[in-house]
Amino acid sequence: MFVFSEESEKEIERNLAKYPFKKSALLPLLHVAQDQEGYVTPEAMEEIGKRLDVSPAYVESVATFYTMFHTRPVGKYVILFCHNISCKLLGADDLLDYTAKKLGIEVGGTTTDKKFTLLREECLAACCGGPMMRVNEDFHEFLTKDKIDKILASLP
Amino acid sequence: MKILTKEIDTPGLTGIEVYEKTLDGYQSLKKAFEKKPEEIVEMVKASGLRGRGGAGFPTGLKWSFLAKDVFPRYLACNADESEPGTCKDRELMEKNPHLLIEGMILCSYACRINTAYCYLRGEFRHIQRVFDKAIEEAYAKGYLGKNILGSGFDLEMYSHLGAGAYICGEESALLSSLEGCRGEPRLKPPFPAVEGLYSKPTIVNNVETLCVVPFIVNEGAEAYAAIGTEKSKGTKLISVSGHVNKPGNYEVPMGTPTSVIINEHAGGIRNGNKLKAFIPGGSSVPMLPADKVDVPYDYESIAEAGSMLGSGALIVMDDTTNVVAETLRLAYFYMHESCGKCTPCREGTRWMYQLLSQIEQGNGKPDQVELLDDICDNMSFKCFCPLGDAAVGPVASSIKYFREDYEELIADAKAGV
Repeated sequence: MFVFSEESEKEIERNLAKYPFKKSALLPLLHVAQDQEGYVTPEAMEEIGKRLDVSPAYVESVATFYTMFHTRPVGKYVILFCHNISCKLLGADDLLDYTAKKLGIEVGGTTTDKKFTLLREECLAACCGGPMMRVNEDFHEFLTKDKIDKILASLP
Repeated sequence: MKILTKEIDTPGLTGIEVYEKTLDGYQSLKKAFEKKPEEIVEMVKASGLRGRGGAGFPTGLKWSFLAKDVFPRYLACNADESEPGTCKDRELMEKNPHLLIEGMILCSYACRINTAYCYLRGEFRHIQRVFDKAIEEAYAKGYLGKNILGSGFDLEMYSHLGAGAYICGEESALLSSLEGCRGEPRLKPPFPAVEGLYSKPTIVNNVETLCVVPFIVNEGAEAYAAIGTEKSKGTKLISVSGHVNKPGNYEVPMGTPTSVIINEHAGGIRNGNKLKAFIPGGSSVPMLPADKVDVPYDYESIAEAGSMLGSGALIVMDDTTNVVAETLRLAYFYMHESCGKCTPCREGTRWMYQLLSQIEQGNGKPDQVELLDDICDNMSFKCFCPLGDAAVGPVASSIKYFREDYEELIADAKAGV
């Protein structure tokens, strides 16, 4: 059975108050579950279904539509590396390869110490600052190899 | 002339006190409440403001299409900015969230809406925090909530975070997502103004569009209409990215020559290279060759040149660019982001990607360019929503203007290079 923490319960309450129909809170609740566990577990989907009066299968069908919900464990730091046109024009592909090699993983993988997950991203609305990546919630723009080294080294 | 980005780099502008002091923030509400809601709609109509999300539909006209006497009604601000090349709304929200809130309040008053949502793309979580804090401040000052400034008008405002799906920028898919569903587009008509969120009349407006409204209410429709060209009024915030010396968001009057935006505002092409191609309005519009760079940046002129103003994102490619490789990347994007609801888009985007991959990797065959063109033809205006047409834009235009890039790669493949 999945148990939301006290802090998560407050977030759930705050989100449910926003909508006239509680199903609207599905994405927000998935975010709350992911914040708590690092990813959306099957048990969390079942619990969210109960709260919103929808089936666990429905919750899963929605969760898997959106790329930001992880249904498997991810690292402490999730790196979304933009590879779309504006970043690509400025060398994002080489920098993405460099980052993968540096971390010793394939794009899409997680380091063995569970510290980093590296994902390819389809544009993060930072086109004027390309090449760029997002590490958890932080945007890092105008990337170079040197800058990537420093960012990765600075993360505890 | 700055409307959207005036004083945008003022330190502390995200705080309500600085916003009020620096930009006379929220003064437009007092002016608006002296008028009837329908007078505000007429003002916006008279200003000539057109939606800045991509379609360019007249904003005041959209507001006037709301189903009469059906309540409740909703406002959904489209802050799901995900179009490759486009990053203007992020700057507006990150640096000046109160401008958007003020615009949303004005729209809600004009349209007799009592509940407004701002749908932010999932990756904008840090902006949601900025926006939520600004909403709290606006409530505390009496600009939101019950009986705003004693006007008798009530408005509740909330942020809503998406979770990574470009299709949610399409207005009906956005509403599906806001209702807790997969972000799949709906059949139109009925349009959201008649049947939108929870099947009630709903206005869906882009961030930049709503940010213009305080100026129109403060300065008058005529002041706004005096800027720009005859049919494309006002200023436009343009994201310039790619091979330029100074990429950035630049606000210019509509009708400014594209070459001026690239060479003067964005500092020209990097490394002294020459321009090869540019995409005038974000990844979903046709690219244009260098000889069209003097085109005035407005809806009509860009359409006449064979493309669209779209979201206002100018992607610049210099003469070192392999156009097929860039087109391939865009084709991948649309394949990845197709929601899968309709066959022409689901199958067409994948097929285009596969063919472009073969060509780009040196395994292309001569008839594949014709086949790509044929797929474009079979997708255009045949998909359920505009995503399919958007996928066609870069592919068809790259063949039209840069066919030699394709032929060169295919000739190399034949020669075994």
